[in-house]
Amino acid sequence: MSGNLLEINDLHVNAGEKEILKGLNLSIPFNEIHAIMGPNGSGKSVLSNVLSGNEDYKVTSGQIIFKNENIIELKPNEISNLGLFMAFQYPVEIPGVTLMNFLKTIHEANRKANGLEKLGPSDFLKYVREKAKILGINDEVLKRQLNVGFSGGEKKRNETLQLLVLDPVLTILDETDSGLDVDALDIVSDGIVGMKNEENSFLVITHYKKLLDKLSPSKIHILVDGRIVESGGQDLAEKIENNGFESFN
Amino acid sequence: MNKKINKPTEENFNNPYEFGFETEIESVFAPKGLNEDVIRFISDKKEEPKWLLDWRLDSYKRWLKMKEPNWSSLRYPKIDYQDTYYFSAPKETEKLKSLDEVDPKLIETYNKLGIPLKEQEWLAGVAVDAVFDSVSLGTTFKEKLKEDGVIFCSFSEAVKEHPEIIKKYLGTVVPNSDNFFATLNSAVFSDGSFVYIPPGVTCPMELSTYFRINAAGTGQFERTLLIADEDSYVSYLEGCTAPMRDEHQLHAAVVELVALKGAEIKYSTVQNWYPGDENGKGGVYNFVTKRGDCRGDNSKISWTQVETGSAITWKYPSCILKGDNSSGEFHSIAISNNYQQVDSGTKMLHLGKNTKSRIISKGVSSGSSSNTYRGQVNIHPKSENSRNFTQCDSLLLTGNCSATTIPYVESKNKTSTIEHEATSSKISEDQLFYCLQRGLNEEEAIALIVNGFCKEVLQKLPMEFAVEAQKLLEISLEGSVG
Repeated sequence: MSGNLLEINDLHVNAGEKEILKGLNLSIPFNEIHAIMGPNGSGKSVLSNVLSGNEDYKVTSGQIIFKNENIIELKPNEISNLGLFMAFQYPVEIPGVTLMNFLKTIHEANRKANGLEKLGPSDFLKYVREKAKILGINDEVLKRQLNVGFSGGEKKRNETLQLLVLDPVLTILDETDSGLDVDALDIVSDGIVGMKNEENSFLVITHYKKLLDKLSPSKIHILVDGRIVESGGQDLAEKIENNGFESFN
Repeated sequence: MNKKINKPTEENFNNPYEFGFETEIESVFAPKGLNEDVIRFISDKKEEPKWLLDWRLDSYKRWLKMKEPNWSSLRYPKIDYQDTYYFSAPKETEKLKSLDEVDPKLIETYNKLGIPLKEQEWLAGVAVDAVFDSVSLGTTFKEKLKEDGVIFCSFSEAVKEHPEIIKKYLGTVVPNSDNFFATLNSAVFSDGSFVYIPPGVTCPMELSTYFRINAAGTGQFERTLLIADEDSYVSYLEGCTAPMRDEHQLHAAVVELVALKGAEIKYSTVQNWYPGDENGKGGVYNFVTKRGDCRGDNSKISWTQVETGSAITWKYPSCILKGDNSSGEFHSIAISNNYQQVDSGTKMLHLGKNTKSRIISKGVSSGSSSNTYRGQVNIHPKSENSRNFTQCDSLLLTGNCSATTIPYVESKNKTSTIEHEATSSKISEDQLFYCLQRGLNEEEAIALIVNGFCKEVLQKLPMEFAVEAQKLLEISLEGSVG
């Protein structure tokens, strides 16, 4: 048994006929925050979608071992119920479904899949309010329809609330920082740092150094043209901020 | 990664109908087919007065000269009206005096349907009339309602106990010359519910009727008459189920509502007749005429319907807004799956001044079904300052189904306004993937999205039934993704 929460070995992925990921390797141990940076079109979003089981992309070879299980054949909901959460870059709107109702539905599905009884209504309300408070989300927002008419920043805050409510073991943040103003960035990153413990880990996909300054990742990986071309500490982010990705090509 | 998951496909329509059991019980039938003798037989069985028999016979003569309407989008094989039983009744009910005498098998049927007949088992606050095939089995809470002067009983009983009210109102909203199916109903109607709310009374509980077709080859023709006298209020709900059968069953009901000055009627329907199997075999043909008359000033009638059953639905609950300041509402959810065909909508006729109508229609189609909203809004020259708002939304779950919106709009008064909005959408793959990523399976995801889509209408249902209707939506769409 490996000590890593996630291990990706020589992963090749096609979108249609085109190969996007070309032999990607990545390991994430427990209790760490890892970041992936890379230019547009390098395959960052494809990676997060493949990890989540999105069937639009075809794995041609390689392995994705999550919690010691190869998840390549699993459906998105099965992967989710193993404890993988993706905060979407562009969260969808679901008209007529309140944020509260959505939280309740996904929380119950998650507990059911893991053999747990659902929480009673008042316990659940208390639980959600506790998490919402961390993110400065009030009851009025909980009553609104999921993401309908929300600003980009508000949507990202909703994503983070879902994250706190489901409390997954591996969280992928797909450009969660884009669209967030400075205050919101503080709130969201504080929420994430507060969640981190010995039983979980985070994979942060970003263009910007700002979020990384808040999260202090253990490792930064540079993704260029479907491969991790360099891994290192926070100084890598600095290097990219100054010189761009040119030097990695 | 070859997993077919997020795309709704046309495969695997598997739609279990949980009310598809049949109760083995001895029945009394009228001879098969339709003629004057059969009508006399029905009238005689019900010990009706001569004026009612004459009305039936008059209707029959009119019906013989009428043609089955063909303007809808519905396609079905020609119905042989001589190949149906027009009257069937469980044998013993003819001499029943109280609920205790009802055949235990019938009670069991209703228990299976989740409708316990025994008063002590009743959900507080809901009085129910149950119609099994053609006969009303007993109305619960009758005595309690009587204290407020509310009359809630079977139509047959009302003919005996309150002939003056029946005579005054029967056929005044839906005349016996109205249309092919309503006229047929007027000739052969078997039973149904009758409600009268006296002036100034707010009915102390929800009233409800459950209809059940059981016997094979039997048509069901109920007739409901509901009168809300001045400044009264009533909320009424009807539910319907039928056993699974290979043949088609004919159902042609008439509902007449009368709201006098200042009265309000809220009429809700959860229709779950057997829809046929996944290949379109069997299922109920549902041809229903429902109309409400806002006869008095400041009166209000609202229709709320959740239609998930029937092979064919032909139904346009309407409001005649005669009184000044009267208002009519129509809130509808129509779900179609497999080979179901729905042609449903409403008519709002604005006659009085300052009348208002509001139409919210939500159609959800799946499988190879077709789902048409057909609605008419008509503002009379004298109807000043009247308003209509119509919103029709369609949601398509598969590529094989169809959704159509056909509005007929006419305003003859320039101080009045009509607004119409229509949308058509599909569940996007993004929405499905988003829900799946959060741990819901496909059916849970679709149920959630469909429920959200229908929410505006679900909220209009009485609390107790909203949950039931929500579950029904989920069952009706089971198997609609491959």
